[in-house]
Amino acid sequence: MSTKASTKRRTAAAVVVALGLVTLSACGSSGSGDKTADSRTVTLVSHDSFAYSKSLLHAFEQESGYKVRILKDGDAGQAVNKAILTKDNPQGDVFFGVDNTLLSRALDNGLFQPYEPKGSDQIVQRYRVDQEKHRVTPIDSGDICVNYDKAYFSKHELAPPTSFDDLIKPAYKNLLVTENASTSSPGLGFLLGTAAKYGDAGWQGYWKKLKANGVKVVDGWEQAYNDEFSGSAGGKKAKADRPLVVSYASSPPAEVVYADPKPKTAPTGVANGTCFRQVEYAGLLSNAKNTKGGKALLDFLISFRFQEDMPLNMFVYPVRETAKVPEVFVKFGPQAAHPETLAPAEIAKNRDQWVKSWTSLVLK
Amino acid sequence: MDLARTEVAGAAPRRRGSATRLWLMALPVVFFAVFFAYPVAAIVARGLEVDGVWRPGRIGEVLGQADIRHVLWFTTWQALASTALTLLIALPGAYVFARFDFRGKQVLRAVVTVPFVLPTVVVGTAFLALIGRGGLLDGLWGVRLDTTVWAILLAHVFFNYAVVVRTVGGLWAQLDPRQEEAARMLGASRFAAWRTVTLPALSPAVAAAALMVFLFTFTSFGVVQILGGPTFSTLEVEIYRQTSEIFDLATAAVLTIIQFVAVGAILAVHAATVRRRETALRLVAPETTARRPRGAGQWAVLTGVLASIAVLLVLPLGVLVQRSLDTPGGFGFGYYRALASDDGGIFLVAPIEAIGNSLEYALAATAIAVVIGGLAAAALTGRAGRLVRGFDVLLMLPLGVSAVTVGFGFLIALDEPPLDLRSSWILVPLAQALVGVPFVVRTMLPVLRAVDGRLREAASVLGASPWRVWREVDLPMVRRALLIAAGFAFAVSLGEFGATVFIARPDNPTLPVAVARLLGRAGDLNYGQAMALSTILMVVCAVALLLLERMRTDRTGEF
Repeated sequence: MSTKASTKRRTAAAVVVALGLVTLSACGSSGSGDKTADSRTVTLVSHDSFAYSKSLLHAFEQESGYKVRILKDGDAGQAVNKAILTKDNPQGDVFFGVDNTLLSRALDNGLFQPYEPKGSDQIVQRYRVDQEKHRVTPIDSGDICVNYDKAYFSKHELAPPTSFDDLIKPAYKNLLVTENASTSSPGLGFLLGTAAKYGDAGWQGYWKKLKANGVKVVDGWEQAYNDEFSGSAGGKKAKADRPLVVSYASSPPAEVVYADPKPKTAPTGVANGTCFRQVEYAGLLSNAKNTKGGKALLDFLISFRFQEDMPLNMFVYPVRETAKVPEVFVKFGPQAAHPETLAPAEIAKNRDQWVKSWTSLVLK
Repeated sequence: MDLARTEVAGAAPRRRGSATRLWLMALPVVFFAVFFAYPVAAIVARGLEVDGVWRPGRIGEVLGQADIRHVLWFTTWQALASTALTLLIALPGAYVFARFDFRGKQVLRAVVTVPFVLPTVVVGTAFLALIGRGGLLDGLWGVRLDTTVWAILLAHVFFNYAVVVRTVGGLWAQLDPRQEEAARMLGASRFAAWRTVTLPALSPAVAAAALMVFLFTFTSFGVVQILGGPTFSTLEVEIYRQTSEIFDLATAAVLTIIQFVAVGAILAVHAATVRRRETALRLVAPETTARRPRGAGQWAVLTGVLASIAVLLVLPLGVLVQRSLDTPGGFGFGYYRALASDDGGIFLVAPIEAIGNSLEYALAATAIAVVIGGLAAAALTGRAGRLVRGFDVLLMLPLGVSAVTVGFGFLIALDEPPLDLRSSWILVPLAQALVGVPFVVRTMLPVLRAVDGRLREAASVLGASPWRVWREVDLPMVRRALLIAAGFAFAVSLGEFGATVFIARPDNPTLPVAVARLLGRAGDLNYGQAMALSTILMVVCAVALLLLERMRTDRTGEF
């Protein structure tokens, strides 16, 4: 090899080594740089699905004088668990994204301290919980429902199912795919929906029939929706053969919003009688360093502007009574008129046992 | 994995001054203590401690559960089956890459390595195109293997093919074919000659490769989760479920300990195998052993291997590319263009910026891995005592510990100044470097050991300082190995998903994290962009690996 080339290589090696040393020495000090002890910064800890319009947050920062830092900490369950693990020395001031299925775990572990944000009185009454202590505030709601592939049902001249009872009819044999209730939140929501509908005594019988009718279970939403469901973009490419999937009421509008060119109508629809309502809450973390900023941030989360910004970013519904919802939502993903619901306390009491029974009933 | 030493190595490098070795080991030891041992110990301890009281009895309780024993059994047998199947399919590949010269060999060697450094989240869905409904097998014979154990086994072959080709093939290419020819001249049949001459020389490399494949499949996570469906669970998957979903830290802690012990045992056997292999073999430069295939038999072997690579490895990767171009308006670059738009949704930045983030993180991780791994390899160079061998095993352990354990450990262990790194960007490269270091060590070590110790001694006697000895003697010889090690650490860091997804910050997701987020939302554009980003990640990895191919030297072998 030429001397020039070898000099180059030597330089490259030296640079790599030097870079490494710099990096290592940097890590000793970088911790303090990011510390949020100063009162001008407020940190929101949330899950990966947290999304918003940048301009809106910017406006809040301008008005309040706080700089908002956002930490997305994994999927919904993970984020809650991480927050509980670090509650003595939290990573932020406000946590957003604990839903009704995990709320009790968060409250029992003392994750939050009381605060009633401005505007709380305008939150839809049935979503409010913990009214004595106000440790959490509802922020959004969404329905977990069976979605159907419109093209499949019109091609086969079959009416799409509308209720839980429909799903166990022979006409819909081998059409439904759902998620593992022990690892996936829509999977769990669907199980809870059946438990709410048929009761503690009846849901297992329902699932036996569902199993006999050929329900397929995969591990997560991504596999169910993108690989197995014939109505999704991925499903079409993968020649998926399940026209029914457990997903969200907001999935059809997402199919319209995230399409180019935009279709006139959504390719998928929702079976309205199969919905379980999920509510997501936020709260001030118990050992928050900036409680004042955290309170301002919570006020912001239920302000009209944020509530009306949520649908097209997070594909959820606002909880403020008169907050407006975009047309694409009303048209393609209306909230169910009579969703199944369960009180967080009841979920907490039964969840583990139900999931355990479900696992041995459906998976084994 | 690890490659043979040249005959020079037979000239036993003398024991280096133990003081020097301790100094060399200091930084790697501190690194592993702070960023691996301490966080993992902290989270395991949290699980086993209830209200301040130690409950070691939990181990027995957890092991007493039939479910857990089932998981242990499945983990073990699927790893054994995966290893056997990988060897069966990849050994002919190793032979072909070692002994045959054909057009495009370098490119192909890079291509078969791509799966190894890609995150499962990227290829899991594409792999379904091979074995799922409407896939190749379905089209040909109406066979669907998704959510069966076959999906898991075949995907393990897909991911680990390169381990066998590179480890075994690397040595095979350096075995002198004339020895076998000599045996045949003395009257041995072709098979007998191969069995008595080549096989014994090769078997330690096969054993080392098998153990590495066993380690990777024993700790398999994404493959089992995505392709196996909810009915199959390995230890690693179970640790994830218990920690991340069920939040039963006690069970997770016990499972972590079990996996730790198992992985430690695998690595100890591996280290012993490697040591036994350090007998001097007569090695020659690989380019002298490969030739154009001759005769129908050899062409048939070559064709068979190329066909198996095309079906098992290239097809799933090709599906990603195809889907990334398959837009509603026909084939085109629509999804790629969409990557550049900042929709203010799940990403606070345009998805395309994930490429820049990934490169930055991977560069930092590479720098750390090269420094730590390089120092460790230098410390391990001399004749190894028990302590040093233990250190060698320790360096490999991060490959066998679940990312979720490390991630949760980081959260509760690194939360106070001066080590409050939870919200620092450095956490991502640190976690990636943990995975990169073993590759650096395994690449550097054989080369360093091949440096004749007498050269160093001569330099010292002539008055050179240790630093100067290293610079004048070692560095020129290992420079290429260092670059190859850096390249491999870089590719592995690029594809690292498990730990990264756990700690990546929202404003700067890496490519695999961005892909996972896009796949987590409904809508054609999201799916298409995920495919486009996956393709970009694949191309970046392939280019990095191709550059490595060009740098491969006669004797570095390994990766």
